Amino acid sequence: MSLLLILIPILAAVAILMVGKAKSIATIAALVNLIIGLGSVFSWKHEVWTISWEVLSKPSIHLALGFYDGMSLIMVILSVIVLFTAVMSGKCPEGREKLWYSSILFIGAGALGAFLSTDLFFFYAFHELALIPTFLMIGMLGSGERKEAAWKVTIYLALGSIVLLAGLIWLVSASGSETWLFEDLLASSIAPEAQTGIAALLIVGFGVLISLFPFHSWAAPAYASAPAPVAMLHAGVLKKFGLYGLFRLYPMVSSGMQDWLGWLIVLLLCNILWVGLVTINQKRLDTMLGNSSVMHMGYIFLAFAALIHAGSFEANPLAKPAAVVLMFAHGISIALLFMLTDTIRRKTGTVELAELGGLAKAAPRLAFLFGLAGMASIGLPGLANFSGEVLVFLSGFWEYEGGSLGCIQIATILALWGVVISAVYMLRAYRQTFQGPSVEHTNSEHVKDFGPFCQIPAAILAIALLVVGIYPNSLLNLLKEEPAAPAQTEQADK
Amino acid sequence: MPSYLLEILVLAGGLVLLILEAFLSPKRKSVIAISAIFVLFIVLLLTFWAQKGFGSENVELTRYYAFDSTALFFKRLTLVATILTVILALDYRKVLSKFTANPNSEDGTGEYYCLFLFACAGMMWMASAADLVSLFVALELTTITSYILVGFMRRNVGSLEAGVKFLILGALSTGFLVYGIAWMYGATGTTNLAEIGQNITEENSTYLLFGLSLVLISLAFKMGAVPMHLWIPDVYQGAPTPTTAFLSVASKAAGFAIAIRVVEPFLNGSILAPKVAFILAVLAGATILLGNLAAIPQKNFKRLLAYSSIANAGFILLPLAAWQTGDSDLTSKQVIAFYLAIYLIMTFAAFFVLAVIHRNTGSDEISAFEGLGQRNPLLALMTAIIIGALAGLPLTAGFWGKFLAFKAAIDAGLWVPVVLGFIGVAAGFYYYFQIIRAMYWRNALDESPFETKPLSFYTIATLTGLIVVLGIWPQPIYWLIGS
Repeated sequence: MSLLLILIPILAAVAILMVGKAKSIATIAALVNLIIGLGSVFSWKHEVWTISWEVLSKPSIHLALGFYDGMSLIMVILSVIVLFTAVMSGKCPEGREKLWYSSILFIGAGALGAFLSTDLFFFYAFHELALIPTFLMIGMLGSGERKEAAWKVTIYLALGSIVLLAGLIWLVSASGSETWLFEDLLASSIAPEAQTGIAALLIVGFGVLISLFPFHSWAAPAYASAPAPVAMLHAGVLKKFGLYGLFRLYPMVSSGMQDWLGWLIVLLLCNILWVGLVTINQKRLDTMLGNSSVMHMGYIFLAFAALIHAGSFEANPLAKPAAVVLMFAHGISIALLFMLTDTIRRKTGTVELAELGGLAKAAPRLAFLFGLAGMASIGLPGLANFSGEVLVFLSGFWEYEGGSLGCIQIATILALWGVVISAVYMLRAYRQTFQGPSVEHTNSEHVKDFGPFCQIPAAILAIALLVVGIYPNSLLNLLKEEPAAPAQTEQADK
Repeated sequence: MPSYLLEILVLAGGLVLLILEAFLSPKRKSVIAISAIFVLFIVLLLTFWAQKGFGSENVELTRYYAFDSTALFFKRLTLVATILTVILALDYRKVLSKFTANPNSEDGTGEYYCLFLFACAGMMWMASAADLVSLFVALELTTITSYILVGFMRRNVGSLEAGVKFLILGALSTGFLVYGIAWMYGATGTTNLAEIGQNITEENSTYLLFGLSLVLISLAFKMGAVPMHLWIPDVYQGAPTPTTAFLSVASKAAGFAIAIRVVEPFLNGSILAPKVAFILAVLAGATILLGNLAAIPQKNFKRLLAYSSIANAGFILLPLAAWQTGDSDLTSKQVIAFYLAIYLIMTFAAFFVLAVIHRNTGSDEISAFEGLGQRNPLLALMTAIIIGALAGLPLTAGFWGKFLAFKAAIDAGLWVPVVLGFIGVAAGFYYYFQIIRAMYWRNALDESPFETKPLSFYTIATLTGLIVVLGIWPQPIYWLIGS
């Protein structure tokens, strides 16, 4: 069954390249995927979702798919939601429909494949599959300095992937595991001496993909010039691949990660504070969002640092749920923001903050949704990001019993300032864009509000933000229950 | 049937076709090519019935000719590579005749197809060489044929220049080979490789190592590895494209086939194994670094492929340096065979694309790819997949070769070459992606649609299909290797 989630977009993309009728095929495929993805919530532990097919015998590599645990499920839900909304948003240039929609579907298929893989090899490989159309789309159909941005993102992410691959091969080689399946890998152990080096490669490799400071400079220009659906899918979904990988592989290198904890804390604080300040200084809406998405990765790294500090998932049971909820929330909110920014660009012809103003009068619905997404991104209670951020901060203080502050606690306190920074840039951007008197670009004569077709994807994302914000247990419950091993179910039957 | 008949059949086929060629009218020389493909295909089928040839009464010949799964694999690889080369040459004959004889006839192209058969026979024999003497004879048969193949376009200055360069450096490398063989014979009193392996002692190890180093230098010429890599860019660029493809795949594979034969006895013994492995690791690291870094500034696609072939030689040397035997795990021989099988598919696909581009634009430069995304979207997509495979992207066949090579090296703890290898792969992304960039991000001055001949088109499509299928499911290659 889980193969369907990947095959539908791929086959749809091939069909588009062959037949045409790009938009309708893409929408239908993404919708079917959305339904299957959401439906999987009720049946994800069932065996029908898993497949395992050995594609290479020495070393033993399987095309193994399925929901490894609740984290996979949540990322899959995120992917199908963002994929569907990405297909429906953005405006494709005349005559390039085939490329546009097939690329979006390929990116979606790659992301879904990565999160559904239960084999380390295909986990890595599917992510690469998603990167190629990303590069092509930015380079061919992007805006502004598209060629520069595309070239930069290609080189950065390719380098990051290579470093990551080196780390992964070393990891498997050192573990002595017979196969590349997650279950076998996680059951094996690695000598502490090797762990330090592996952990360094993983942090740098995944770090480049997540835009960890100082490897983040590709992100903002790439998102700014990427077509809206690509920015939504990459910032919303693909970037989470690295964090997902870190949390997935963490038990294998827990002591190695410990050696880099100090560095990681410094880097993540740079992500939050330094990049935060850079974000405040942006003059354009799209680069501001690009930088803000880099900045928010710092919070998720903070949860990871808390986990490293504690030493295991059991010692800090809050860290992983916190990170996963925030990954989901950030993915949805940034996708919504990129989509609305693209709408603003198309309606007014500019995203320079100085040239905008008073858009709320002409487009109240757009203003409302942007406000909602912006507030979510700041972390307003009642919206999804709030649940995530609060959990992250709580995980920083897990089992803190008064007395002097540890490094994680200090980092958490410093990171709290990030919320203030977010509020500054997001509210200012909102005021600049929507409040005040209308200017030439934004008066109601040539700006129309959202049409109904555009509202659907925005509404879906907004609802997701609200649901998780008001009832975060909807995600947390999925994380609590580990997939039942066959032995346990037998016992339950008795 | 005895396996030596395979070589004899190919050789005989070449001779018969050469005689036939003299009686054919100038317009119909392509008959020779089709017959050559037919002969090679029959021999390829016959390999499935081949068994060890010489009976007990032929002890004297047995020591010159080995037949095992490695030999069989390399024979098949050579045959497939030659078939693809002749197909490529068939679509290339217009260019060929332009520089050989009267442009309007096919006069002077017939011999070209026959020569590949002789080279092929030599390479098949190389795969079975069990003795330094038979190795030398087989190698010379191939090399001398290659001199003619490189300089075949006699009215083209580039081709002639390439031929002269190839001749001089080839003669030099032959000198190294003979000198090295002499040292090895002097140290052990035998030219049989297995016996040399048994006769390694502390006393003669220094002389043997010196002899082996000389032989390795000469083999580096065949493999396209440092320190004998200098001929590659110029010769590749100047030679007719089918010859270039043949040199970069079949010739390289044959080089590795004999390299395995020569170093195997040394690496399996205990006395010289660490030193030989060290030399190979140095060669691998240097070749990877040089091939990849020198490829970065290239503006000509043929030259880029030349450096890429040097770089690939380095990647194939990695598992050789990380020598592993034993039947439970993957052996180095299997990794090399696996890599070469994939390398054959990707490289031939790239050369077919190059030939199509050349026919349409008259240029081999990377700039000739500009705007291909609009002029012929399907060809551009296939080219993108082929380039992705060469760069080693996951889910293409090209990834698996590099993956296994790196895995072997990491398992053996060859850290310095591994680090250089990863730098090389990263550089590879840069220079290979220039082609994708040219195809999709730049606009061509000439917007007219591209035409591809059906033969080339279907070959490219088949090879690209193989790249994708093997990228997801590489197991079939293991079946071919016979593990």
